[in-house]
Amino acid sequence: MAGGGIRPLAGEQERGSLVVMVALCVRYLPVLIMLALWELAGRSGLVSQQMLPGIGAIASAFLDLLSSGELIMNAWRSLSRAAAGLGLAVMIGMTVGLLMATRPLFRTLINPLVRILYPMPKSALIPLVMIWFGLGDASKIFLIFLGCLLPVIVSAYNGARGVNPFLIWSATSLGASQDEVLREIILPAALPDILAGCRTALAFSFILMVSSEFVIAKDGLGFLIGSLGDGGNYPAMFAVILTVAGTGFVADRLFGSFVSHRLRWKEQA
Amino acid sequence: MGMATDFGIKIEGVSHAYGGGQGQLGTNTLALKQTDLLIRHHEFHALLGPSGCGKSTLLYLIGGFIPVQTGSISTQKGPVTAPGPDRSIVFQNFALFPWKTVLENVMYGLQKKGLPEVECRDIAQAHIKLVQLGGFEQAYPSQLSGGMQQRAAIARTLAVDPDILLMDEPFGALDAQTRRVMQEELRMIWKKRPKTVVFVTHDVHEAVFLADRISIMSARPGRIEHQIDTGLGPERDESTLTDRRFVELGEQIWRLVREQAVLASRGGL
Repeated sequence: MAGGGIRPLAGEQERGSLVVMVALCVRYLPVLIMLALWELAGRSGLVSQQMLPGIGAIASAFLDLLSSGELIMNAWRSLSRAAAGLGLAVMIGMTVGLLMATRPLFRTLINPLVRILYPMPKSALIPLVMIWFGLGDASKIFLIFLGCLLPVIVSAYNGARGVNPFLIWSATSLGASQDEVLREIILPAALPDILAGCRTALAFSFILMVSSEFVIAKDGLGFLIGSLGDGGNYPAMFAVILTVAGTGFVADRLFGSFVSHRLRWKEQA
Repeated sequence: MGMATDFGIKIEGVSHAYGGGQGQLGTNTLALKQTDLLIRHHEFHALLGPSGCGKSTLLYLIGGFIPVQTGSISTQKGPVTAPGPDRSIVFQNFALFPWKTVLENVMYGLQKKGLPEVECRDIAQAHIKLVQLGGFEQAYPSQLSGGMQQRAAIARTLAVDPDILLMDEPFGALDAQTRRVMQEELRMIWKKRPKTVVFVTHDVHEAVFLADRISIMSARPGRIEHQIDTGLGPERDESTLTDRRFVELGEQIWRLVREQAVLASRGGL
């Protein structure tokens, strides 16, 4: 086909992917430098290998944990708790935030609670939650839920308050009811703010996942870090910590690309 | 046709103050004072006046977006109490739903009417063609120029086939050339599908070019100060601009508006 000329030739395609590779390397150069310094610090004897195991030791501990299935099992337990807590927080937080923005009575009742709860460190509640919900999944899910709830409420509230009133007027003059305005106009108009709040909540869910599992758990990544540390197996402990960091990073990137797909109607800056 | 069906909109003794509650006049900024206006059925009526004279306020009152405090506004459907699809509006800032495509925007009001999806689509397509946006059905507002966005907003409003079309400086944000084209197109569309139109503008020539009758409002607090029949006939095109009556009317009305603008600026000192 003659139109095939638009497609890049094979050589150009390779050059294109090379450019992407180089760009990626440059972007994550600081991470590579940090890893190099890490390795150097151990080898030079500046820091004891006991305290800061080398990259090689951590990598082999990682592979051991992976092949034994221990890492996968615990990661699964942790991530399902985080997902449950975060999911609940997004659903309830969005509803509460939107209602606060549109129902004055509801706002009057809920606003003081939100203001008090937001700055409070949720990890301070761990002992209390343990008494309320016991040692099972419920206590962890509740803590993650609580931590994620506030940023979602606040972002949904602010987003809904900032909706261009002319959009609401347009919808009502086209025949939309109050409920339809809330679901079809205010919610999508507030979505950029809501999704930004969800992204913050996603990071919070990882923090609360690990910190709650430190204190109350028989499994999960937080538990694994704690027990490996107690046992003095620092390379394995570091391997799990880096797994948490890596998983959090990937989750954030995935969420980011979901957001840009969902908000593709926004002006390309 | 009997006298009873002769009017499009009847405005009687309408005063409006901002900041105060219902029935509390005098304590706050008075935007409208004892305004009476009878707009005929299927008349193209322009509201002209200096900025801050309350012409947009009057339009929003007719639209039902702000509650009538004193006096009454009624249409053939009875007194105005809330926004409704019988009085649809086009705003200066377009107020398109940015997360919906052009087609989805135009379909919105039709869906609210409870029409079957296929019919919504057909009617929407026809109106998109009417405003010459064919081919842009799947575009998001952010991908369109200002003039195209305003066409889409007009299509969305016309699609629900309102008895009364309210326009709040709809071409105010457009460049001079686009504005001229849009004026001719609007007049043409109106001839094909006659409606009662209330068109708010501060552009004298726009008012004369478009309207059958023009109400000139006084400086704040607003009142209808003069009413003028343009008498330019139903056809408006390029040749209208050089018509002697068009030129004379323009000068006459300009003087009347200027008087009010001077009063307004004195009042502001």
